[in-house]
Amino acid sequence: MPELASSAATVEFRHVTKRYDRGAGSSSGTPGAVNDLSLTVPAGKICVLVGPSGCGKTTSLKMVNRLIEPTSGQILIDGVDAATREVNELRRSIGYVIQQVGLFPHQTIAHNVATVPRLLGWPKARQQERAEELLGLVGLDPGRYRSRYPAQLSGGERQRVGVARALAADPPIMLMDEPFGAVDPIVRERLQNEFLRLQEDLAKTILFVTHDIDEAIKMGDLVAVMRTGGILAQFGPPTEILTNPSSEFVAQFVGTDRGLKRLSLARVADLPIRPPVTARPADPAGQARERMNADPFPYLLLVDEADRPIGWLDQHDIPADGVLKADRATATSPLLNKRTTLKDALSLLLDADVQAGILVDRNGKVQGLVTAGMIFDWFREDVRDVDRDRPVPAEETAAAAVRA
Amino acid sequence: MDWAWIGDHLGAILGRTIQHIQLAGIALTVGFAISFALALVAIRWRRAYAPISGIAGILYTIPSLAVFSAFIAITGFSILTVEIPLVMYTLVILVRNIVAGFDGVSADVLEAATGMGYTRRERLTRIELPLAVPLIVAGLRLASVSTIGLVTITAVVSDTFGGLGFFIKERPFFLTEVLVGAIPSILLAVLADVLFSRVQRLLTPWSKRVAQPLLPEAAT
Repeated sequence: MPELASSAATVEFRHVTKRYDRGAGSSSGTPGAVNDLSLTVPAGKICVLVGPSGCGKTTSLKMVNRLIEPTSGQILIDGVDAATREVNELRRSIGYVIQQVGLFPHQTIAHNVATVPRLLGWPKARQQERAEELLGLVGLDPGRYRSRYPAQLSGGERQRVGVARALAADPPIMLMDEPFGAVDPIVRERLQNEFLRLQEDLAKTILFVTHDIDEAIKMGDLVAVMRTGGILAQFGPPTEILTNPSSEFVAQFVGTDRGLKRLSLARVADLPIRPPVTARPADPAGQARERMNADPFPYLLLVDEADRPIGWLDQHDIPADGVLKADRATATSPLLNKRTTLKDALSLLLDADVQAGILVDRNGKVQGLVTAGMIFDWFREDVRDVDRDRPVPAEETAAAAVRA
Repeated sequence: MDWAWIGDHLGAILGRTIQHIQLAGIALTVGFAISFALALVAIRWRRAYAPISGIAGILYTIPSLAVFSAFIAITGFSILTVEIPLVMYTLVILVRNIVAGFDGVSADVLEAATGMGYTRRERLTRIELPLAVPLIVAGLRLASVSTIGLVTITAVVSDTFGGLGFFIKERPFFLTEVLVGAIPSILLAVLADVLFSRVQRLLTPWSKRVAQPLLPEAAT
């Protein structure tokens, strides 16, 4: 679908302020106010605005498509001030998804999806074609769904249609205001994953509002944590927010389990995987024992002819001579794949008899070994990496050098 | 029941039935046009809604006999004397239902429409109006039933008017004629009610059921 691989645009907030003057004296604390917001979202990235209710995240979002006009400051889209553009032309060039979806109940699904192309005056046939293409893209069979009405769809299906509708005219920017907030957790998880997969191809510039820090960390290339009064508390990649919260507020907002949250960002594929010592049933015992003793991990993994794991053997399970026997193998460890998050991996390891997970490929073939120690090592490495990437003030560097 | 009388007067009954439909039809058409304009004003300027709805509500409470008699003094025995009060009585039902129809359009739908770049006019005609149709038609249903009933009262203006009401008024102690006036009038009302329900279903295939109108008493 080459048509979908369109350009994305840079979005820059430059000293954007929005004040709601509801009577004197309540200037900065008014819910929804935004105070001198400056940040840049590079083209093709997802930037999540997250914070408690009333922190101005939705206001910030709506200032991009000018549903709300800033009191002062500018929002530049590819360097052009949004305030200088004709407002409806601007809005038609920005995809917009809201929590309650706001599908038009009197229009069919295909008609809903083709909304912006219709406003832009595309030929009828092309509108139809585009609507069907997008329904397919968000996983709804056009044949089944095109002629239905929104009331005939489930919540999750409606959200998909909402995303399809926002993408219809191939906008370089998408604004998503709690787009998955109204569906149950299982559907939300699925929609999030599907959307991330979609975004790999689309590479739109996306501003995404949520109050859920877990969603922010999962969805964002960049996370902007906002606090009441419309103040930007911290702006950076999720790992940095989790590793180096810039203030007590951010630390509390991301929660005491931020270590675990970081683990949920990384996957088994990020670990330096090494293969376990394996053997097959009926292999000579002596040779197998030798190989096991040479390895730091004190167990031998028994595998079948297709290299699928059967179970572990320890010192006592390996006879002095003769051959290895499958019936001595103890219950096998959790099976992991490359996409398993480190958080899930660790959780499975805590539950297992042998403190090691087995990385297998799609066919169940053994690829490597994952231990809790490897996860801890990765965690410490990662902290150092983030520290290195962060611009450090000169005196702090000096202090670090002295300590070293 | 004097079937012979009915047989002798078939032509007159048909003529009066047609007149009944015409008088009601004119009142509904004019009433709808005025109500729609008033409703748009009330939607655009929210402050106007209370006075518009209030005045229409007060008009609705005036006894119809008094109104028809009063208008004879002003507009004589012309059709205006019949139609002005009939129109007047449709206003409260229609205005309140049309406004309720527009108000019933959910805020999310409106926000989505604006956010995607609908102009104000496009939003009104392509989103709000179609979504208001169920309640608008429900209002028409109710107004048609009440107007068809009221047309019989216009017989007090003169024998020229009254539709089927002419028979009721002509000889109030001759049961056959009273029934010949009343029964077709009831049938017309039922027919109008069914007709508008059908119309609504045709116009709004997306809506699962037929909307229930706001009654003048229930609305505030």
